[in-house]
Amino acid sequence: MTAVDTAPPATSGRRLRRPRGLTAHIILIVAVLISVFPFAWTIVMATNTTQDIYKSPPKFTFGSHLLENIRHVLNTIDFFGSMLNTIIVACVTTALVLFIDSLAAFTFAKFDFPGRKLLFGTLLLFMMLPLQLAILPQFILMSKIGWVGMLKALALPSLANAFGIFWLHQYIQNGVPDELLDAARIDGAGFFRQYWNIALPMIRPAMSFLAIYAFVNCWNDYIWPLVVLTNPDHVTLQVELAQLNVGHTTDYSMVMAGVLMAALPLVVVFSIFARGFIAGATEGAVQGA
Amino acid sequence: MSSPPVTGPAEAPQRLGGPGPARFRPRRTPPAGTVRPRRRGPLSYWRQYLAISPFYLIFAAFSFFPVFYSLYLAFQRWDGMGDMQFVGLQQFRFLWSDPVFWLSIRNTLVIWVLSTVPTLFGALMLATLLHSVRRFKGFYRIALYVPNVTSIVAVAIFFGAVFSNNFGLVNAILGMVGISPIPWLSNPWLIKVVISLLMTWQWTGYNMIIYLAGLQAIPTSIYEAAKMDGAGPIRTFFQITIPIMRPIILFTVVISTINGLQSFSEPQVLFASNAANANLGGPGQAGLTTLLYFYQSAFLNNDYGYGAAIVWAFFVLIIVLVAVNWRITQRGRKP
Repeated sequence: MTAVDTAPPATSGRRLRRPRGLTAHIILIVAVLISVFPFAWTIVMATNTTQDIYKSPPKFTFGSHLLENIRHVLNTIDFFGSMLNTIIVACVTTALVLFIDSLAAFTFAKFDFPGRKLLFGTLLLFMMLPLQLAILPQFILMSKIGWVGMLKALALPSLANAFGIFWLHQYIQNGVPDELLDAARIDGAGFFRQYWNIALPMIRPAMSFLAIYAFVNCWNDYIWPLVVLTNPDHVTLQVELAQLNVGHTTDYSMVMAGVLMAALPLVVVFSIFARGFIAGATEGAVQGA
Repeated sequence: MSSPPVTGPAEAPQRLGGPGPARFRPRRTPPAGTVRPRRRGPLSYWRQYLAISPFYLIFAAFSFFPVFYSLYLAFQRWDGMGDMQFVGLQQFRFLWSDPVFWLSIRNTLVIWVLSTVPTLFGALMLATLLHSVRRFKGFYRIALYVPNVTSIVAVAIFFGAVFSNNFGLVNAILGMVGISPIPWLSNPWLIKVVISLLMTWQWTGYNMIIYLAGLQAIPTSIYEAAKMDGAGPIRTFFQITIPIMRPIILFTVVISTINGLQSFSEPQVLFASNAANANLGGPGQAGLTTLLYFYQSAFLNNDYGYGAAIVWAFFVLIIVLVAVNWRITQRGRKP
């Protein structure tokens, strides 16, 4: 955040002081309103009855039927069950991605070994591969080993996260001084100790970014759970939400309550970690581009 | 392991910095007083290979192998149950003459252009403005990024409600000022507009953050020099900011191309409620993207071979478009 505060007013110098800054703020506030409006309107719809929404003109203010709508959602779908499924998959995936990617990134960034360049180069190629190509065979593979419909089928393919390795690699290269690793080596620290005790604590900001990135992706993933979770009683939140939408078009306020309940936890989590997340995201983008 | 106990075997690779490929790790100089181990064979790096192996194993099993297996599938006829039957290029021949496939390609391209262009221009504009203001920066960044962490399913349901032909908010507001309802979700073009709006809403903040990072990396001395030479803000923007930002713009164009062409959830959720058209992309199949068509062929019609042919043809399309974009963005680099 210091980068922001010290960002010199190069473009907003003497000449374009008051009026221009004001215009910029007005445009930015309009943009913020547009990006926040759907949340506000979802709350409006979720707190009113379907009749209020279908009225012309519709009711524009918050209502008092939120609890009733939430109760309908809970009676219609297994909301907490599917949410639990999503949380389990997202947490396991995130933890494993963090470990696998940071260990590989640390190795690539700080060690030289035969084939290193080639392996890292193929990694960059992998990032370009559209994974939609793999969905069908992945599904066939999962049905061959009998994992269709199971939660572990969700987590496994997303563990190979090339972006995470690439991104952490950039960070470790500059963020972990070689002198420190050398010192640890002299003190007798082996390979894994250098990773666990020296590198890992130093790359926390990058790791927290990757954690949120992986968690959000996993939480919001739709096509793969839709394909592989064939048992309708055992799905993730997104699939359940889409099913709620399909089956209950007449009860809009209830559907909207479901949307609110499914979207809100992530937005809250994001807002809490947002500062670190965006700082991390920008560092990676600059180095990666 | 015959290495000296002070150093341990794992650090052998770094010690090679001296005699080995010096350009590789020039900064690695062995600390004074340690014995430099001899050069070793690949097997002595087993720790390093072990450390990177999980990714490569999982990737090989669940991404690399499947990608090429789907190419194999594209030459077969298979419903996933019975026996596979080799049919040569028949799937691709059928694909070539399948009007629905070409419709899905057209839909995908239109949606991609309608969403990517406003997204990137809007993002660049917002990033420039955000870079120029001094107060509330953190607030703006977070508030503008929030759409990107919202699930597509939730957003699609919301857009479906707001643009609903009969009871949607947009038509209600239009009705209040005397405009008759617009068939957002049944006109072929408006369907694409709604899907594109959805994607624009979701991705502008993301690209803005990336642009902002690029803007902050530009040294201010360049701007000061431009100002001294009498360049106004518009001219500075086009002749200094844009050229310096070119690599980052290229990065966002590539990412947006890959993301934008893969639209699936948006039309799938938007039109899933229409039972007659379930998974067909809405009235007139105007929202049928290529990925949605793939999903329909492979998983609803159980035509695995054809599904595989669709994604591979689609993959070729993505590569061509990324290459074309690359060329366009690179052009004018040296005017």
